[in-house]
Order: sequence, then structure tokens, then C-alpha cells
Amino acid sequence: MRMHRLISSAASVLTVILFLSSNPGLSWADYDYINISNPFLNKIPTAVPVFKSMSNTAAEKEISVEASDLMTQSLDFTGYFKMIDRLAFLEDIQEKGIEAVELNFKNWTDIGAELLITGGITIESDTLQMEFRLMDTYKGQLLYGRRYKGGLNDQRIMVRRFCSDIIYLLTGKRGLFESRIAFISTTTGNKEVFISDFDGHNPQRVTQTKSITLSPAWSSDGSSIAYTSYQKGKPDIYITNLNKYRANIIAYKGINITPSWVPGKDLIAATLSFEGDEEIYLINDSGKVEEKLTNSWGIDVSPTFSPDGKRMAFVSRRQGSPQIYIQDLDGGNVQRLTFEGAYNTEPEWSPAGDRIVYSGMKGGVLDIYVIDISGGRTSQLTYNSGNNEAPCWSPDGTLIAFASSRQGKSKVYVMTASGTDQRNLLDLSGEQTSPAWSPPMSEN
Amino acid sequence: MKSSKVWLKILVLIFAMGFVFTTGCCKKKPVDTEPATAGKEGISEDELAAKRKAEQEAMLKKAAMQKFVNEDVYFDFDDASIRTDAKATLKDKADFLKANPGVSVTIEGHCDERGTEAYNLALGERRAQSIKTFLVNAGIDKSRLQTISYGEEKPVDPGKNEAAWAKNRRGHFRVD
Repeated sequence: MRMHRLISSAASVLTVILFLSSNPGLSWADYDYINISNPFLNKIPTAVPVFKSMSNTAAEKEISVEASDLMTQSLDFTGYFKMIDRLAFLEDIQEKGIEAVELNFKNWTDIGAELLITGGITIESDTLQMEFRLMDTYKGQLLYGRRYKGGLNDQRIMVRRFCSDIIYLLTGKRGLFESRIAFISTTTGNKEVFISDFDGHNPQRVTQTKSITLSPAWSSDGSSIAYTSYQKGKPDIYITNLNKYRANIIAYKGINITPSWVPGKDLIAATLSFEGDEEIYLINDSGKVEEKLTNSWGIDVSPTFSPDGKRMAFVSRRQGSPQIYIQDLDGGNVQRLTFEGAYNTEPEWSPAGDRIVYSGMKGGVLDIYVIDISGGRTSQLTYNSGNNEAPCWSPDGTLIAFASSRQGKSKVYVMTASGTDQRNLLDLSGEQTSPAWSPPMSEN
Repeated sequence: MKSSKVWLKILVLIFAMGFVFTTGCCKKKPVDTEPATAGKEGISEDELAAKRKAEQEAMLKKAAMQKFVNEDVYFDFDDASIRTDAKATLKDKADFLKANPGVSVTIEGHCDERGTEAYNLALGERRAQSIKTFLVNAGIDKSRLQTISYGEEKPVDPGKNEAAWAKNRRGHFRVD
């Protein structure tokens, strides 16, 4: 099979200079910028004026607009910020400058901005330099600043690195900006695996099965994906390394479906039916069964693992309707997790390990729910918006991607972990289903 | 491509000509005053009857095969158990398979679009397995019965209503 190379040749080496951080060792979680219990309810009003062209050239100005728009979109995507419309701005940083001493912070507090990000762009022959400063407008203080040097096409990487740092300082979590999203799309007429950046940018088809292809899953290091495909006439699991053009296949008699990697290991759990009954098995990366994890007649499907890899959640119909169960990896300690409704499927364990997101059906309609593993408390995240299914967590646990038919055709959507800010991830022809969020990847 | 099209045209022409000749013969027959003896035409009445019988049998067999392939077995929502109305259909299937010992089949399990994709893949497999078990119990050797699940991937009716969903929750037979 032909695989498109996903990671474009490593961008020219970036030089990063940290030129100011008020408290290098301190996470901003120590400050009160976000409300930890519901970070998405009170968004931080933030202003990102168009970055300043330092040499006042057309080329710099073009990149300035693109890069400042990208930063606005990227920060908006996280759900933590309320990006203030540039039309409201009272101060022009092109004239005033980008450093704290050059600015009148009252002009920014007057429009409600609590955070201000300024940027400066310099192009010298084939070198692009970007410097960013994050400021607290009420304290009139520089919080964090960085300068990046790289090739002319590195603006996206630079902007994302700075955003990633801001989020890390704010939440203590990293990984969103270094992640990708795999999903199934019918763009070509067949269901194929596509992969885009975390924010839906740059979608690329990675399989060419020309058959039915389903449920992509990422390996723990993000180097491989596993998916089910009917390429050989029946549902088999293909394990594909995205960089090495190499694929293994799990093709036992019957169905080979719903692959899921055991965290930190080269082991896949999947549902196979070669014994005449659907059970979940552990399979090594060369496609050989190592262990049988479930043993109950009827459907056992959709395994997902706790972050430590010691426990597995899955869907079973053993008590007459599809419900989510949890057990130890060795098969012991089985407990039923969901009791509300008669159809609860597609569990995915949260990166923090405390919750499971899943899709449940009520009144014939599928919606996304989150359940606390310890207390069993359930919250419904989607309402009155078609069928909502196949939820998955961003690697930092702050966002959930899912498929929704709210506008007719199935498309991929993203919302915060509290269910707010639901929006379409990307605009692509055909239908999109089964999003799978990658772990953080260093090459991004 | 082009040469195959030409051949197709020639074949169609040969068939058409054959059709004209045979009908021509038949039309002539009634006005023929001589008693038509089979011997003159080089084929005996017995042979003709046998030929007709064989043709008839082939047609019946074809019809039985078509019925076997076209008649689906239906299921209730989120259920893989064989319904009462499906049992009669499956008994016919078993009879057909007994009458045609050379035939091996693949049983396809399908689901309606409601429900989630992965679970429906498993449910489709369970439906195909239920049918297989029924047929094995009816005396069909299991080596002649393969199963495959298509989950919700291949609906026969794209409608979004119970009538369409009922048609899509099905077991379908494919002769290998």
C-alpha cells in the first residue's frame, strides 16, 4: 500500500531564545488566570494585534497578518480565551512598538483585554525571525517572551510553539499543539484514513484501500496507526507505520475490528471472532495473538486503556444491552460502569485517567457523555444536534473530538471537555467519521 | 476495450439471427401439410422432450438460486436472534442447500445506520453467526457456510425511517 509521507522534511532547525520569563520555574496554574474547575466558562479576554513588520517591508507585512491570524485561531481553538476583535483596538502597535515600555496598557484594559500578545517579524534574506511577548495588561507586566529564528516557511511552527508554551504555563499541560487527528473521510468516494493537524489544518489522505476502511487508532508514540479495512474482502486490521511505509496485518478468520494500543507497548487489543464468538484479544505488532482478554459469550468490542495500561474499558452485551465495563488487564475485577440507558458504546479513557467519554443512545439518538470512573457520575455533553458519536480526547485532555450529523452529513467536530465551544473541525468534501486524536509528536 | 465491444456486437447479432430462424421455423410448422416427423428434423420426440425437461429444470434451478440469493432474513433492532418469520425463510435456505450439495455460501450480517459503527460490525457478525448456527442445526455442514459482517456499511435502503431500517437489518446470502 502507498502511504503518503506525513511529516514533511524536518523544518530547518529553529533557534529559540527565551528572552524573558518573570518566573521561569513557575507554572501559571499558580496564578488565577483560569478557573481550574471550569476553565472554559470564564474565558480570558485576549488581544492579538497584527504583528509588527520590523523592517517595514511587504514580505514581512504579509507574514505578519498570516501569523497573527494563525495565533488568534490557535488560541481560540483551545477554548481558554476570548479573542477580542481587532476592530475594537485603540492602540496601533505598528506605531507604538511591541515592548511593554512602549505601550499604554490602559488602551488595552479599556477594551476588556486581560492578556495582550505582541509580535515582531523580521525577514533577512532567507531567514525568518519572530519575537512574541505575552503581557498582563492590568499589571502592565511582561509575562513571557520568546524569539524564534528559522526558514521562511516556519511561521506555523513558531506560532504553535509559542501557543503551546502559553498553554503549558497556563494549565501545566502540553501536547495539544504537537498532536494530529486521524479520521475516516469519503472524499475520494471510498472510506479512507485521513490525518490533519490538531486544528483541522492540512488534511491528507494516508490510505488508498479503495474499500471500506474504519476506526483508526494511534500507537502510543504516534508513529503508527491501526485501522480496519475490507481490502481483502473481509474486515482485517492493518498496522501501518506512517514514516516507514511498512504494514502488518491481523487477519484471522471472521472479523478483526476495533484496534486499540496498550499505552507504552507494542501491543494491540482488538475484537476477533475466529473462535466463533467476538472476544477481545491482545495481539503483538506482528499480528499474532498473545492473550485472550475477555471470555463471555456475545459481543465484546471497543477496548480502551487506562493511561497506566493496567485496566481496560470495553463494550459488552453480556447483560442484554451494550454497556461499558472495566476490568484488569489479566481479566480480573470486572465491573459494569454504565447503567443509564440501553445503549452505551465507544468508550475512550481520558488522559488523566479519571473519566471515560462515550456515546449513548436515548430515544434513538446518539449523544456524547462523560462518566467519572470512581463515582459513576454522568454528564451529557451534546444535546439536540443530530447523532453525536465516536468521541476521543485531545492528548492534554482539554478537548474532545467527535463525529456529528447535526448539519446532515457526518462531519468531525471539536468541543471542550466540559462540552462548550462545539465547532466543525474542518471543511472537507464527503462525510467524516471516527476521529482519533494522536499523542503529542515531537516532529510537529 | 474496443475489440471486446466488437465481439459483443457480433455475439448479439448471432443471437438475434438465431432467434429469427427459430421463430421462422415455428411459424412455418402449422401451414406444413406433410405430417411433421421428428426423424426428418434429425431429432426424436423423446430427445426433444428430454431437452425441454432439462431446460425447464435449469430454469427452475436458476429461479431457486435467485430466490435463495434474493431473499433476505430480517432482524429486530440491536438483536441477533432469529425471528419467527425468519425461521421459515431459513428452512427454505436449508432445503436449497441440501438439494444443491455443491453450493457453498457466505452469510452477510448487516445492520441499520442507527447505533455506532464498531458495535454494529460486531452485531452484524453475530447475526451472520446466528444464521449459520440455525443452518448447521438444520443439517448443513458448517464447512459450506462462511460469515462476514458489513455492520452498517452497506444499507439496501438509504432512507432514514423505520421501514428502511427494517430492510437494512438483514442477513444476506452470497453463493461462493
